Amino acid sequence: MSFGEFMQQLVNGISLGSLYALVAIGYTMVYGILRLINFAHGDIMMLGAYFAFFGYAVFVLPWWLSFIIAIVLTSLVGILIDKVAYKPVRKAPRISALMTAIGVSFFLENFGLVVFGGVPRGFHRPDMFGKLITVGGVRFVSYSIYIPLFTAIFLLLLLFLVYKTKIGMAMRAVSKDMETTRLMGIDVDFVISVTFAVGSALAAAGGIMWAIKFPQINPLMGIMPGLKAFIAAVFGGIGDITGAMLGGFILGVIEIMTVAFFPDFAGYRDAIAFSLLIIILLFKPTGLMGEKIEEKV
Amino acid sequence: MDRKTKFLLNVLLVVGLFFLLYLAKHYLNSYMVRIITLGGVYIVLAVSYNLVNGITGQFSLGPNAFMAVGAYTASLLTLSVAAKQQMFFIEPLIWPFNSIQIHFFPATLLGGVAGGITAYLVGVPSFRLRGDYLAIVTLGFGEIVRVIANNVIPLTNGALGLKDIPNYTNIYWAWGWAVFTFFFIRRLTDSSYGRAFKAIREDEIAAEAMGISPFKHKMLSFVISGFFAGVGGALLAHLITTISPVLFSFFITFNLLIIIVLGGLGSSTGAAIAAVLFAVISELLRAIESPMNLGFIHIPGIPGMRMVVFAVLLVVFMIFWPRGIMGRKELTWDLFFSRKRGGVS
Repeated sequence: MSFGEFMQQLVNGISLGSLYALVAIGYTMVYGILRLINFAHGDIMMLGAYFAFFGYAVFVLPWWLSFIIAIVLTSLVGILIDKVAYKPVRKAPRISALMTAIGVSFFLENFGLVVFGGVPRGFHRPDMFGKLITVGGVRFVSYSIYIPLFTAIFLLLLLFLVYKTKIGMAMRAVSKDMETTRLMGIDVDFVISVTFAVGSALAAAGGIMWAIKFPQINPLMGIMPGLKAFIAAVFGGIGDITGAMLGGFILGVIEIMTVAFFPDFAGYRDAIAFSLLIIILLFKPTGLMGEKIEEKV
Repeated sequence: MDRKTKFLLNVLLVVGLFFLLYLAKHYLNSYMVRIITLGGVYIVLAVSYNLVNGITGQFSLGPNAFMAVGAYTASLLTLSVAAKQQMFFIEPLIWPFNSIQIHFFPATLLGGVAGGITAYLVGVPSFRLRGDYLAIVTLGFGEIVRVIANNVIPLTNGALGLKDIPNYTNIYWAWGWAVFTFFFIRRLTDSSYGRAFKAIREDEIAAEAMGISPFKHKMLSFVISGFFAGVGGALLAHLITTISPVLFSFFITFNLLIIIVLGGLGSSTGAAIAAVLFAVISELLRAIESPMNLGFIHIPGIPGMRMVVFAVLLVVFMIFWPRGIMGRKELTWDLFFSRKRGGVS
């Protein structure tokens, strides 16, 4: 493999990884606060892509406006899902909550199949993202630069939100100890809603950029990226935002590089992430950045 | 009530059941017989899945993997040599499957054994984890098995799958296995092993302090469940006669999950009742997918609506009715014949 090809694959891996990172953050934020694997998160990402698609393909809005509307709508859907499905089982055993999440995920997928139709739709790539760029003999399509760029902007905004604002402080407090936070006079339900909104908004952004990178959308498109993003979140140490970002990038690069170096294994691509997950959970279940959890009897 | 009476009652129940099945086979149309047969297969799958999820309290999402292994093993054994040669035109089938054909019953048994061995291999690493991590890792193994089935063409024929599998699963095979699975798992649940499983479900650390090895018992429960899932997969393959990796995706696990939640997590009787209900309801729900004409309005058919309904059902169950039909109770003879409420929990 020449250096040029290597660079090309690396850029590919980073742009894929940044999508995983965006989705992984939603998982990790919800898990950090509710100790719930939000199975439906990948499907929320799918909704984001569909909202954007309808925005400019059906309502003929400019692409940036339809993207913004899609992100807002998706975060509202995220809040709605929490209120309708997750809030009633918050006091129930964790496994009940997990099953509810699986139910919500199946609902969104099949609702998508019924409402949007099972036929894949072509996602028109705005011109800005489709240009060919040549840098020192390495050829990129411009989205592979823009995706990591936008991801970086979103991530910086998120870090600012979580570490520099009041609501961010409340989020971190809830994730440490929900009951005590409630006693301190913080509206925990509001904080949870904000968490779902932010996570879903990032998932929508991820979904839209996923559709730009792989310009065909269908109602089941969220399943695999969702699962892999979850793996990225575990890899980075679930509950830890910077860990999720790191995990996403690493997973993306590993996946692309494995296929690039061992083309014979291309069919096993989806198994790579899962094997990685199993290995991590066996040897370092808390992930790269996770804190060690002491178990109390 | 002494054990002898109970045994006699059980025998009577089974004889009565098979008499009803005999009547069904001879007096109902083939469509309804097929649904009843499917109900029997679902019992095998649901009762064994419930052993891990409900009784041992370990949230596994991987029965589709064991079903796939069982289904492929048994189908490769019952297909005729000529049919296999014709089907594997991309790459020839590997030895020994390419040169043998055996009877249905040993094939299902071997399918179960293959399922059990897979469960063992999956369980050893997985049971170092618990709770939602266990769920996600078993889900991962399910996906890995599916990816392997898609790619190891000399063994599985890849995405094309296997077709023209002989239609051996009739109503008696399905219900025969269902009855065996049910009684085996009920007996197991009431044995000292079963009490250990339940102790682990209630409090793993306390169980360990009482001298129960959680790992050993979880593995036992998982491997037995894997065996029956493999058998169930084999039965399913010989009922629908065409299998491909797509059939054994997470979707089928989701159906089983609905069944055991509906029946009550932790109740074998509940799982069996819910399995039959599920087979019937999912056929009845086909009505909402076909066009309806109510005289004054015409509703066009909405394909895929069934799964939306099932997904909503699961969420509604979890929120409003998490105990399901039976909760953790079992139907027992004592329950029928005495005034005292509550069976074996």
